[in-house]
Amino acid sequence: MEYLAPEKTADAVKLLAKSKGSVHVLAGGSDLLVRMKGGYVEPDVIIDIKRIKTMQEIKKGATGFSIGAAVSCSKMGEHKALRKAWPGVVEAANLIGSDQIQGRCTIAGNLCNASPAADSVPALIAAKAVAVIKGPKGTRRVAVEDIATAPGKTCLKKGEVVEYIQLPKRAAKMADAYLRFTPRTEMDIAVVSAAVNLTLGPRGVITHARVALGAVAPTAVLVPEATKILKGGKLDDAKLEALAEICNAACRPIDDKRGTIQFRTHVAGVLAKRAARLAYTRAGGKL
Amino acid sequence: MSVLVSSIINGDNIEFACEPDETLLDALRDRVGMTGVKEGCGTGDCGACSITLDGALVCSCLVLGAEAEGRSIETVEGMSDGNVLHPLQQKFLEHAALQCGICTPGFLIAAKSLLEKNNDPTEEEVRYALAGNLCRCTGYDKIVRAVLDAAKQMRKA
Repeated sequence: MEYLAPEKTADAVKLLAKSKGSVHVLAGGSDLLVRMKGGYVEPDVIIDIKRIKTMQEIKKGATGFSIGAAVSCSKMGEHKALRKAWPGVVEAANLIGSDQIQGRCTIAGNLCNASPAADSVPALIAAKAVAVIKGPKGTRRVAVEDIATAPGKTCLKKGEVVEYIQLPKRAAKMADAYLRFTPRTEMDIAVVSAAVNLTLGPRGVITHARVALGAVAPTAVLVPEATKILKGGKLDDAKLEALAEICNAACRPIDDKRGTIQFRTHVAGVLAKRAARLAYTRAGGKL
Repeated sequence: MSVLVSSIINGDNIEFACEPDETLLDALRDRVGMTGVKEGCGTGDCGACSITLDGALVCSCLVLGAEAEGRSIETVEGMSDGNVLHPLQQKFLEHAALQCGICTPGFLIAAKSLLEKNNDPTEEEVRYALAGNLCRCTGYDKIVRAVLDAAKQMRKA
């Protein structure tokens, strides 16, 4: 195996494009090294992106926050302005593993690992985040919900790497929330999860909403119908019940020892309601 | 082909050679002789191999040795001041917060990392901060009590 640690994104792209065999990008390594240990992958080449300075940065620009692909989730948690603007995205990122894992794991890695139960992904989808991908043919911007195509599979092509995740610009009366169900409080993987991102207008009227669910389908899913239900008017019981129903309908979960189809479907609605209430309150709405 | 790595380990400049797919855990144990770093699960679940890497608490089983080039590493071997134990080490002894001891170095490193960020944690905060460390003999009460007691002593010092 060859270990390469380029210092520029362009060099990483060149190395990814020309390397033969099993080629893997190493961000935090909290998934890749586990798969190597288990013998599920035997890389010929590993390209470590952590030496690329621009990928280590959290930047606040005119178009919102950008989070470099090599930024650890603990760094996101320590970033006050990011936490204030995107409490749901940060709480989701900070639910991944232990403090030890937090010191390594990244949201770009969480996204590209393409687990249906990835904690940060529903929050990123609800946030309308975009993955900025660099490749041999230049830059392309892909909505995060379109990155994973199946469990463990992404739409990234040979030579491509996510450079950063772009979060939209924030203003007052906007907030998000992420909740998951796990049998244990810590060190567990979501059985079901829900993320809600809301924008409020005058008098607590919802002017925009995005809802996403995790661990209830082969990939984390956006629930577009939920936007129509939540938009216009305050967050009342009728809206919450309709939200739960539409979330139940969006579920196509597996049946396993961690949760039955019936359980996951039901809990998706429950968590969506709770996350909606939380996001609504955080955005300044009164329930 | 092996990779030559130079790192600062517990304050000393140390060079070691390791295989490109070798974990930092294996490199620290087998190449550098830092056997205080323990392997429990090897998959980031148990925290026995906890170290700090440029100040960040990590599982060394989830880091490649080659990634440590130019980085600063702290292991349990660097915790005591000569023959004087770190307050956490002393309190672990006083509270009998260990039995077999395999998990202890990881707990000590994780607890030290917590106390550097928060010198007055609540019991709940200690339990959350140590959630990535597993102990299969003692249970956690004595460990949590030792950490709280060490924090108290360190605040006075």
